[in-house]
Amino acid sequence: MTAQQRHDPRRGESSTPGLESREAHGSFRGYIIGYVSAIALTIAAFAIAPSTSMAPFSVAAALAVLAIAQMLIHLIFFLHINTAPMQKTNILAFAAAMLIIAIVVIGSIWIMGHLNRNMLPMDHLMQMQR
Amino acid sequence: MSSNVVSLDMPSGESGAQLPSRQHVTGFGFYLYLLSDGILFAALFAGFAVLRTATDGGPDGHVLFSARNAFIETACLLTSSFTCGIAMLACDRRNKFVALIGFLVTAVLGIVFLTLEIHEFADLIAKGDGPGRSAFLSSFFTLVSTHGLHVTCGLLWLGVLLVQFLLRGFTPAILRRFLCFSLFWHVLDVVWIGVFTFVYLVGGYL
Repeated sequence: MTAQQRHDPRRGESSTPGLESREAHGSFRGYIIGYVSAIALTIAAFAIAPSTSMAPFSVAAALAVLAIAQMLIHLIFFLHINTAPMQKTNILAFAAAMLIIAIVVIGSIWIMGHLNRNMLPMDHLMQMQR
Repeated sequence: MSSNVVSLDMPSGESGAQLPSRQHVTGFGFYLYLLSDGILFAALFAGFAVLRTATDGGPDGHVLFSARNAFIETACLLTSSFTCGIAMLACDRRNKFVALIGFLVTAVLGIVFLTLEIHEFADLIAKGDGPGRSAFLSSFFTLVSTHGLHVTCGLLWLGVLLVQFLLRGFTPAILRRFLCFSLFWHVLDVVWIGVFTFVYLVGGYL
């Protein structure tokens, strides 16, 4: 690989996994790696979920970790984000979307959980209204 | 970093880079749409997480969800994502036959997925556990059927694209549309990972 090739801005980082080929849509090897690891993570998730030997919270945490790992596998090997002229613009847009998603999801669960805990039970509210 | 952002609008900036091709610009625009679609699904996921316990005395996920069904649906969608990628590789090599087979397998697996999902919904509604039963079921139906609606649109899109492809072959416009379609299809699979994990596994077992 010549230095000129390596600095071609359209090719993305040469060290990025899933982008080792010169082609626009990744390599066959990348897709195989992505597919096999996605299958492994899916089977792991379905195998862990019915487990009764672990605490429910740890099962949920394990499932969340497996899901995020599989989403990353998809983003890297299937959705190799190098279609934009500048890789940095892509990453920036992605980070902004992730921030909004985190605020929406974590914020909703947090706020609604607090409201749920701090609100009077429904039958009390009904009695007060009478 | 900011100079890079600016140079998206003024592509003839530093390092004498050539104008970004139409394919790159369209791909980037479509990528931004997909990110906004991700935010839409995030909102629906948040709604489901909040309303998960609001069953109004009705059945909850433990009773309703079949992990076996979800596993088959996951296998269909994951494999169709893979064959879609293989078809894109074939497009790179201008291999018409492999591209056609790849996209056809993608479409068939998408149809199988959709059939399973419609069957599941019809079962639930027939048992009286439709979206009107409880807030939990409303949020479940909204989330999962929004994903299903995306899959339906993707299948229609793929059908139209394949007809164009058979008539015209590898033109730049068709390659661009295939690129956008493959991005769309992969993102639907990413969303489905969230659905099977947080709806069917966490909701069905925990």
